[in-house]
Amino acid sequence: MDLAAVVLIQVLYAVASLVIVSAGLAVIFGMMKVINLAHGEFMMLGAYATITAHGLGLNLWLAMFIVAPVAVGLIGVVLERLVIRRLYGRMVDTMLATWGLSLLLVGVVTSIAGNTTAGVSAPLGSFRIGAYSVSGYTLVIIAVAVVLAFAIRWVLLRTSWGLIARGTMQKPEMADALGISPSRVYSVTFAVGAALSGLAGALLAPLTGVVPTMGGAFIAKAFITVIGGGPAILAGLVSASSLFGAINQVATFVTTPVFGEVALLFAAIVMLRLLPQGITGRFFKGSL
Amino acid sequence: MKRGVVKFASSWQSAALTLAIGVALLFLLPGLVDDFTLIQLTIYAVMAILGVSLGFIWGFGGILCFGQAAFFGLGSYTYAIAVINMGDSTVPFLLAIVVPALFAAVLGYVIFYGRLSDVYMGVITLTVTLILFNLINSTAGPEWKIGTAPLGGFNGIPGIPTLNMPGNVDEVLSQQSMFSIAMVCLLLVYAGLRWLIASKIGRVIVAAKENEQRVLLLGYDARAYKLGCFTLGGAIAGLAGCLFANWGAFTSPTIFGLAMSAQIIIWVIVGGLGTLVGPVVGCVAIQWLTTTIGTQQTFNSNLVLGAILVVFVLLVPRGIVPSLGDVIEAAWRRRKPQADSAIAAPLQQTENAR
Repeated sequence: MDLAAVVLIQVLYAVASLVIVSAGLAVIFGMMKVINLAHGEFMMLGAYATITAHGLGLNLWLAMFIVAPVAVGLIGVVLERLVIRRLYGRMVDTMLATWGLSLLLVGVVTSIAGNTTAGVSAPLGSFRIGAYSVSGYTLVIIAVAVVLAFAIRWVLLRTSWGLIARGTMQKPEMADALGISPSRVYSVTFAVGAALSGLAGALLAPLTGVVPTMGGAFIAKAFITVIGGGPAILAGLVSASSLFGAINQVATFVTTPVFGEVALLFAAIVMLRLLPQGITGRFFKGSL
Repeated sequence: MKRGVVKFASSWQSAALTLAIGVALLFLLPGLVDDFTLIQLTIYAVMAILGVSLGFIWGFGGILCFGQAAFFGLGSYTYAIAVINMGDSTVPFLLAIVVPALFAAVLGYVIFYGRLSDVYMGVITLTVTLILFNLINSTAGPEWKIGTAPLGGFNGIPGIPTLNMPGNVDEVLSQQSMFSIAMVCLLLVYAGLRWLIASKIGRVIVAAKENEQRVLLLGYDARAYKLGCFTLGGAIAGLAGCLFANWGAFTSPTIFGLAMSAQIIIWVIVGGLGTLVGPVVGCVAIQWLTTTIGTQQTFNSNLVLGAILVVFVLLVPRGIVPSLGDVIEAAWRRRKPQADSAIAAPLQQTENAR
């Protein structure tokens, strides 16, 4: 019974971390059809922003939830202006350019911070379920993922900004004619996606070591989750995260973490073969 | 209508010229440079083969493969494992080409016959590379072995027996002959691909890239041609992997890494997409640059590579070789304007109208 509870928490945690890791990419890809291969590096920047702010004496939670998203969001605006703006509609070129940005960012951070592992310890200690000990931070991750999913839904469906953004993505000329500047909407959307990536990096900083190359560990998983999810941003994100997260965690329990990861990747390939449009290309059609 | 430099680039003369330069390098370089430089040049040639393999499937087949490193790594591991088990290097050399080709065929079948689009293609090839990387990386213990060959996990496989004369295990080939073998392989691959592209099959492959629907309507099974193209690319990458394992007598999981795949793509982009010389030029230039950067401390090599990739995608999207062709063409036309302008003007219009 205790074991079942622990396994359940671990599975939820795996799903939640996939949601958090993929949210930024999902917003940028889902809204703008831009595949941001620098996503992992945005996360890395978020992690560095957090440990830098925390190192300067700021409260860790403030550093995570305020400093990291704001810093990375601003970097996102600059990069969108300089590079990504020139490549809208050329999907492969954007992929290559953002891949270049990802290498560039790794190089810049390595030059500044050095190729060493930094980090913060996970706050909140741990609690016990029967004979097992569970980290309290695990529950924070799960809670943040739930809040994040509802927040994305609320912003897109219930706010005028969400309406404007969705409208602009569907018909930029029409939005333009109605007096809304599409280029500004693109810019803000990209910044929001970048900010979400920064938040993800900040949240994962206590769990993984912070190195300039840490982004590489996440980009593939995030990429697969978003593509596997299909056209609907939120339904795709949640359903693909649930499927892949559960497979990953169960396989990890049965074998080793390495094979857990391999099981996730393999499941993704099989799924894309069966559902080439992703999960929401077949199910939950018309949802957000 | 093809004129000037563009026409030259697709003519047999340009292929002959490139091959002549290659053959000259093959015979002259060993006499001109010292052994260390020659070893360096050998790896350039090996990597150039890898670059050409992606340049072919991407530039002519329209298949952007984010996992060309997977076939490269597979070729190198296949050779290492087979040669440790067998002793003689002839069969392992062939296996290192056949195994990645078969792997590419299976993977390509899933992709092309599943009618997956470009983006999904990228995801799947990337994923497969990561799976291989994870798997090989985790095989560090002594219990992981194939035959008598330990897989070594993240430590890689050291001390791989290098190529010997076919049939005679004791006659191991020297460093000089390794260079010759790499160059000969590169030239053969180049010549073979040029021939293939000029042939009827090659034309269908290029046509399928330009407009798959139209090719299907003309009665060609575009998927089969793409699959063939992809498989051939896998075989060539496997050959490069085999030569790589021979070069350092060592192979490790890092060659499956994302960084490796990224490098190959950068070579092709920088050198020029849609040419076969381009990837070779890009590969040599970038490798030389990374080696040079590695010897100084001011700039990080990731930083420079990233900057190069961004700049090329934004400003020189066609790459060095085609852009150089444009420059030569423009200069050539400026030299004799009166003869050309009469024909050039209407032609320009038809081209613009397309």
